[in-house]
Amino acid sequence: MQATLGGDDPGQGVGYDLVVVGTSWGGLAALRTLVAGLPETFSMALVLIQHRHKDSDHLLRVLLQERSALEVSEVEDKMPLEHGRIYVAPPDYHTLVEPGHFSLSTEAPVRYSRPSIDVTFSSAADSYGHRTVGIVLTGANADGASGLRQISDRGGMAIIQDPSTAESPTMPAAAVKAVPRARVMPLPELVAYLRDLPAGVPEREGA
Amino acid sequence: MALPVSSETSLSGAPLTYNPDLERLEIELLLEGVFRHYGFDFRAYAYASIRRRLWKRVEGEGLRTVSALQDRILHDPEAMERLLLDLSVNVTAMFRDPSFYQEFRERVVPLLRTYPFIRIWHAGCSTGEEVFSMAILLEEEGLYDRARLYATDINDVVLQRAKQGIFPLDRMQEYTENYIKAGGKLSFSEYYTAKYDGALFSPALTRNIVFSQHNLVTDRSFSEFHVIFCRNVLIYFDKTLQNRVHSLFYDSLVMFGIMALGSKESLKFSQYEPCYEKVSATEKLYRKVH
Repeated sequence: MQATLGGDDPGQGVGYDLVVVGTSWGGLAALRTLVAGLPETFSMALVLIQHRHKDSDHLLRVLLQERSALEVSEVEDKMPLEHGRIYVAPPDYHTLVEPGHFSLSTEAPVRYSRPSIDVTFSSAADSYGHRTVGIVLTGANADGASGLRQISDRGGMAIIQDPSTAESPTMPAAAVKAVPRARVMPLPELVAYLRDLPAGVPEREGA
Repeated sequence: MALPVSSETSLSGAPLTYNPDLERLEIELLLEGVFRHYGFDFRAYAYASIRRRLWKRVEGEGLRTVSALQDRILHDPEAMERLLLDLSVNVTAMFRDPSFYQEFRERVVPLLRTYPFIRIWHAGCSTGEEVFSMAILLEEEGLYDRARLYATDINDVVLQRAKQGIFPLDRMQEYTENYIKAGGKLSFSEYYTAKYDGALFSPALTRNIVFSQHNLVTDRSFSEFHVIFCRNVLIYFDKTLQNRVHSLFYDSLVMFGIMALGSKESLKFSQYEPCYEKVSATEKLYRKVH
């Protein structure tokens, strides 16, 4: 049994607990590369927001699970948020991060998107503050830029795929503009960088 | 996004004075005030979502802080009406998740045929898309004449809208596709007449629907039902409130009655999981067995 993540508590030392990743066009290939690069010992919770059609099925989860050493789940309402696991936002809902679990919402699409990356990023910033890592990958619109800014403003880490190396540069370019202090790097370096970031202290048995 | 550090403020370089603890205090005070003054209890709503909606209303009112919104809400009942719409309207569609309706036809309709009279509760019916969908389904299955559908919502404004049976014309193409995928047996256009920019649904469909105001948070059970629909409503509640409402549903269902949740909701994270069994491998349809 893995420990559930606690909320934003400044007293809990350095390190990151939660990684939120946003992408749209070209995202499947990028996400497959990302999850394939994370070892079984990766101990943060990874939440993936990929724009997709409202009727899409569980295929995204299956395709990512094929490549990942970690367990991949599609989010359901009030699902606990646990260390060392990967979560995929379901289509046609907004995925909100609360301390220790998810909440879903069918509020109107934000800038034509549901899931909206900004909505998830903003709630992650609010619930996990400086223990959050926000990552914006390839995509064809500006979703995620304002949410990434919020993560950064709350002391979290902002990372963006180098737009010149992204399949579709619009989304990472908008994020770079919104968060000039973000770290910008090509995908392979980004994966390696994430792997080596200090994780928070998961209250696992024996840890 | 209408949040205090949205692109409009932060990207322009304006100074940020955002304090999350203060924000939470302001939100708690506002919700407490709304409850004590108007009786609507949003205190146990899922925080991340209610925070978004409150900030949208702050912006909609041209204000800058949640405290300023509290002042206006407490002194202006019309502002409260607007907030109530923000907090209680859930975006939905006719035959949303067509596979759900298909599965309902296959797995639940045969059970309903065994009852001489069928009572169905649509809890949190919002503007009525789902209850009209169910009326159509039951009509096509030959069950509607022995059914009564109780459609309830906390918000009287949306109930009045639901009662009219008028839905936006520009969504009919989407609804028609859903209807066909849901196993519809006729032509969907037979159920409505186009009027101006609205689709007016056949008044015959509402003959067995009772619309009524009911608050899941504060009101009690009002009957026993064979089926309860509560799809994508509980997602707005926190876990404690979800369990309380599940207790209300459990008490309101006959033995072997059916509980229908949204496709990304689960009894797994509630205390009531042991009381039900799954009726479907793919859809969130449960039967009360204990």
